[in-house]
Amino acid sequence: MKRLVPMWIAIIAGFVMLLSTFFPITESLGETVGEIFNVVAAIAFVLGAGSLAKVNLAKISRRDQGWGYAAITLICFTITLVVGLGKIGVPQSTQFPLLGWSGEKDAEGSIFGWIYEFALVPITSTMFALLAFYVASAAFRAFRAKNLEAILLLSTAFIVLLGRTFAGVVLTGWLPDWASGLRLENLSVYIMQVFNTAGNRAIIIGIALGVTATSLRILLGVDRSWMGSGD
Amino acid sequence: MSKFITILEGLDRRWIFLAMAISVAGPILFIGITGKTLPETPTPTARAVYKEIEALSPGTPVLISFDFDPASGGELTPMATSLVHQCAARGLRMVFIALWPLGPQLIDETIKRVILADYPNLKEGVDYVNLGFQSGNESVMKVMLTDFAKAFPITKNGVAVGDVVALKGIQRVDNFPLLITISAGYPGAKEWIQYVISSSGGKIKMVTGCTGVQTPGLYPYYPVQLNGLLGAIKGAAEYESLVNSSLAPKDSSAAVPAKYLEAQRRMGPQLGAHLLMIALIILGNIAFFAQRNSKVRATS
Amino acid sequence: MISSTLILCVISLDSSGASVVGLANTSITVAGSKADLRGKIPLNELGQEISAPPAAISISAEDVAWDAGGVIKVSWQPAAGTTSATKWIVERSEVLAAGQGAGQGAGQGPWTLVAEVPIAETNAVVSKLSPDASFFFRVTAVSPNGSSAVTTTKSAATGHWNFFIGAKLPLFCAILLVSACVIYFILAARRGRPMKVRRIAALEAITDAVGRATEMGRSILFVPGIQDMDNIQTVAGLTVLGNVSRTAAEYDAAIEVPTSRSLVMEAAREAVQASYLAAGRADAYNADAIRYITDEQFGFVAYVSGRMVREKPAACFYMGCFFAESLILAETGNSIGAIQIAGTAESSQLPFFVAACDYTLIGEEFMAASAYLSGEPDQIGSLKGQDVAKAIAAIIIILGVVLATGAAIAPQGAMPAALEWLKGVLGS
Repeated sequence: MKRLVPMWIAIIAGFVMLLSTFFPITESLGETVGEIFNVVAAIAFVLGAGSLAKVNLAKISRRDQGWGYAAITLICFTITLVVGLGKIGVPQSTQFPLLGWSGEKDAEGSIFGWIYEFALVPITSTMFALLAFYVASAAFRAFRAKNLEAILLLSTAFIVLLGRTFAGVVLTGWLPDWASGLRLENLSVYIMQVFNTAGNRAIIIGIALGVTATSLRILLGVDRSWMGSGD
Repeated sequence: MSKFITILEGLDRRWIFLAMAISVAGPILFIGITGKTLPETPTPTARAVYKEIEALSPGTPVLISFDFDPASGGELTPMATSLVHQCAARGLRMVFIALWPLGPQLIDETIKRVILADYPNLKEGVDYVNLGFQSGNESVMKVMLTDFAKAFPITKNGVAVGDVVALKGIQRVDNFPLLITISAGYPGAKEWIQYVISSSGGKIKMVTGCTGVQTPGLYPYYPVQLNGLLGAIKGAAEYESLVNSSLAPKDSSAAVPAKYLEAQRRMGPQLGAHLLMIALIILGNIAFFAQRNSKVRATS
Repeated sequence: MISSTLILCVISLDSSGASVVGLANTSITVAGSKADLRGKIPLNELGQEISAPPAAISISAEDVAWDAGGVIKVSWQPAAGTTSATKWIVERSEVLAAGQGAGQGAGQGPWTLVAEVPIAETNAVVSKLSPDASFFFRVTAVSPNGSSAVTTTKSAATGHWNFFIGAKLPLFCAILLVSACVIYFILAARRGRPMKVRRIAALEAITDAVGRATEMGRSILFVPGIQDMDNIQTVAGLTVLGNVSRTAAEYDAAIEVPTSRSLVMEAAREAVQASYLAAGRADAYNADAIRYITDEQFGFVAYVSGRMVREKPAACFYMGCFFAESLILAETGNSIGAIQIAGTAESSQLPFFVAACDYTLIGEEFMAASAYLSGEPDQIGSLKGQDVAKAIAAIIIILGVVLATGAAIAPQGAMPAALEWLKGVLGS
């Protein structure tokens, strides 16, 4: 029973979404299913926040290794939640001056806006920027000319890396117009548009069929392993 | 030589990180001090973005979706600036939306940077409007296909969309002849193509600016479903140079403000990083071949 | 003969000193038909219009067939020649009972703006109308100099409701075809037809990876992507998690699952608990090992990377939908010497996983993982059905390439017609 009900919810919701694409009569039903998902996901956030609090509080009370980080997590979480929900420091909305709390939570001058601009933006940008470092170390380790395919991959990488910068113009900009197709910047566009696109299309078609078959297995109840083992 | 190979084989990744930091920081400092940028030759995909926007007559509504967050802002903000710059100069009616929760703030920042600073005659709610964020990813797109006001019932400032002059005549997403998306992942350009462009029966054209990682995945859609594509900083720099050259006053030699050169300024660090990558790949292969040769020798 | 005319020209000077001509007329009827105003409108020395643009010559409205109703396509014929007008304004009015709507035209009520379209367009699809209700439509050309006369439909049009959205028929048929292939082979497998599936190294390596973690006395890290349960990749990731956690339960290895969505945390807990139960190790299940971190992409990555560096798990699994974080996670895993197995259908992230992980499930392999791991004949059968659908797609692609090439070589032959037919069938 514990698994039968979710399975049937998944099957019914799945078929409703599928049919709503083609049959106008089920269109609003499809939208309703989408809205229900959003509501359930929003409610589930309480469970997520609860789990976060529980795990970190337990860590602090047990004085586990690194419990200080858990304390920082909880303090930051609480501060952001309070200033966001309480709209602390938010100026009153000019649109609805008579209504309390009508200003935007992230309006200029608010604490939430400050956290966004001076804490969240730099931190997330820093994490994203780490990619440049990891790409370099991965390239150093992984791009080895082990066989013919790897040599082709390497040569392509060189053309695209150079073609996407001014180095390409400097190295091959002297080529006459009739041979302009061989300039690195044009070669890199050609590689991206022809070879890369062909390969990507093949992968996309394979994925699309894989998604269809997987969805069908779930909708028909053949595959139940997403709820646990398939027994 | 063998000592050098030994060092290469056991190279700590932190040295690579340091080299990357230097090769990026060097050009940043150089460009920051001298203000010089590298010249750009626009490729057809960037030209297509420029042409699609230029083809619209003043007053035409365009939907601009900010589907990214500050994390990818370094890569996408310069193209967002240029796109809004061209739309504002062209006098298009700009309707901003975001399918990422942190998008509305980025919209506000772009409005402040471009429209409020350089086009003060444009009125909020008339010439442009920020409709804020709506959760639901593809389901928001699907709702927009049948009822735009249902997907975005109020503006970011809480005004009902029915009262917004900028949205006059907009019932469904296909009332916008052009959709501009700035995309960092999911939901993003791919979902717009799959759910909106493919369902609109060719009524809407779409141009997109996306992160470098997404670019290869979007080429298959160009030029049929996707009419123009700006791939990463390179695409942004090409497009930025096109916009700047078309908007530069003919009779003045005034310098272009730094905010309209952000993408071209970032091509310097990109050059440094790419050259380092090539050097690292070559060094990695030297170590690989040296190791293989020594193994062959040991076996024989 | 001009039967009824009311033309009011207002000539004034605007702030820049240019002359502005406003043309306010309700309608001009010349010998019973709409007149083309071009040639009669004052032009400046450059030959540009300085008064209102000409009206549309004719207008018609018709129901859009095979749709959800309430949608009417309004088409009009613009006056010949170029115009300074920038857009068309389309308005609608409800059909009123006889005697009402005075001053608006017989049976026509107040007019409501329904669409604004660029001047180059000659039609507009008006939606959101009440299904099965009738409406009149009219268009006006608008230029900076003023608006044209209106052109109104002669009769009311109704947007009828239909059972099926016709434009999506090719997609519907494609889904039916693929589904039929998959279902046929599922049934065939159930009837005992032998099904063979090629060996997928990444999935074979799961047991080894879990075994290694047990030997080393370290944990297993499983990341089910960063998207919610409405993403099929997350669901596919959880099916693999069910299998990995069952193996982990059998080997008595600790498994840790950080999630970036609360709903995924709940679903993952259900999956892992069921697996521990199935392995007879319900007592070893620890719900707190499956925990929510944050929805914020890079906040999540920071936590997982930090955790990896501190705890040094022996095996890392990345199965689901990943974006920029793929390389950060896989490179960190590589630096701590973990066995890494990844699976995603995000084609842009596949190169990073291939470069940094020991094994990678590429796209459809990832989607097939659950069926492969289950070993159940009917699930394996679905993979066979998927292959047949792929073969059909390949045949259509080859046919399209041959026809398109033929049409380019011989534009006069039968090839172009055949190509158009194929495009029509495929709905493109």
